Amino acid sequence: MDEIATLIEPQIPGLRRYAVALLRDREAADDLVQDTLERALAAWPQRRRDGDLRAWLFTIQRNLFLAGLRRRGRAAPQAGPDVLDIVPDRSSDPAAGLGLRDLFAGLDALPEDQRSVLLLVAVEDMSYADAAAVLDIPLGTVMSRLSRARERMRSFVETGRIGLLRRVK
Amino acid sequence: MSGPDPRPVGEDDLHALIDERLDPQRRSLVEAWLAERPEQAARVAADRETRLRLRAGLDPIAREPIPARLRIANLQRRRQTSIWRPVAAAAVLCLALGGIGGWVTARGLGPAPVVSTMLSEPATQDAVAAFRTFVVEAAHPVEVRANEMPHLVSWLSQRLGRQLVAPDLRGLGLRLMGGRLLPAGSEQAALLMYDDDRGTRLTLYSRVGTAEGRTVFRFAREGDVAAFSWVDGGMAYVVTARTDEARLLAVAESVDAQVRGLPAPKGTTQERP
Repeated sequence: MDEIATLIEPQIPGLRRYAVALLRDREAADDLVQDTLERALAAWPQRRRDGDLRAWLFTIQRNLFLAGLRRRGRAAPQAGPDVLDIVPDRSSDPAAGLGLRDLFAGLDALPEDQRSVLLLVAVEDMSYADAAAVLDIPLGTVMSRLSRARERMRSFVETGRIGLLRRVK
Repeated sequence: MSGPDPRPVGEDDLHALIDERLDPQRRSLVEAWLAERPEQAARVAADRETRLRLRAGLDPIAREPIPARLRIANLQRRRQTSIWRPVAAAAVLCLALGGIGGWVTARGLGPAPVVSTMLSEPATQDAVAAFRTFVVEAAHPVEVRANEMPHLVSWLSQRLGRQLVAPDLRGLGLRLMGGRLLPAGSEQAALLMYDDDRGTRLTLYSRVGTAEGRTVFRFAREGDVAAFSWVDGGMAYVVTARTDEARLLAVAESVDAQVRGLPAPKGTTQERP
């Protein structure tokens, strides 16, 4: 297998996971990942060799996602019904408290900058420094956004209501 | 590291604890700090649980195999025809808007595949509906069987008013089963069915189109059914199957070459370097 594929392909599962979490639609998510990979291949010769490849790919993907939002003129993508099916719903388990469906509704209610920080750090296991690079913000801003994201998710889980959070449209 | 970290516990420590990014020494210090502060500890516990449930919920996606269309080798192959992409996008848009006027890309070059999730093109909708109706048919999947090949081709050609070709897809492991005639508005459409050794069935739907010229391959998916459609020489073509995109694209390329009287591309796209 060629070198580019060997380097990039291990990152594709994470890129797809992040895309689904952002878009909540499987086809649209894979379209986004495909756009990301096409951009990456086109820009490959200009890539900084010392930079982190994963952070670079996630940066491209998030920028494309934001560009797509601006084009469509809306900030909160609606959850497609199909994406919820792939997420096991444990709402029937009393110990689980809110079902995952609701947890994702809480995630969707976050402003995009907070949602991305939370996803990159908590789900993608990115270091705070790499998340800062992807989001192009200082490390301190990563920490404060992460705080706000967790605070909102916590209050959402406690109250179980989206209505208490202002949904960003 | 020598000696305990003397810095007091901060909020960044709490996040790092939740995200499992603290070294063991700092971690026990932060945990000891939390043990005396039940309110803070409860917050951390709640954040931790949210994190774990988000991960568990999203993790199945990262464990899925990589779809064919996201394989770097496939993307690189498509990039070689990427100069056609702007034309391709325009052609898709034009077709989606009702197919007024065709967009001619250079003849002799295969159309660049364009991935689209739209099932908006009527020929594709009809082709997928026909696929769903007839591939499940055990007794009468086709009206005319392939052993009556000359009759099959001349009959369908006569009804459509165009000379049709029944592409040979044996190089791709697909045998022609036969075909049937379908209504398509005021016109007719021809449906050819193929199958492979594992019983996977594939259909080639063709009908006289309103658009002249030549469009790119358009990909569409409806549930587990995938389709590539294109227009060439006043005909609309749709290949449909429950298979991966790479294999279906190889079929589309082979069909396209054969209906234009060109030699079929050798092998499948997956076997190409």
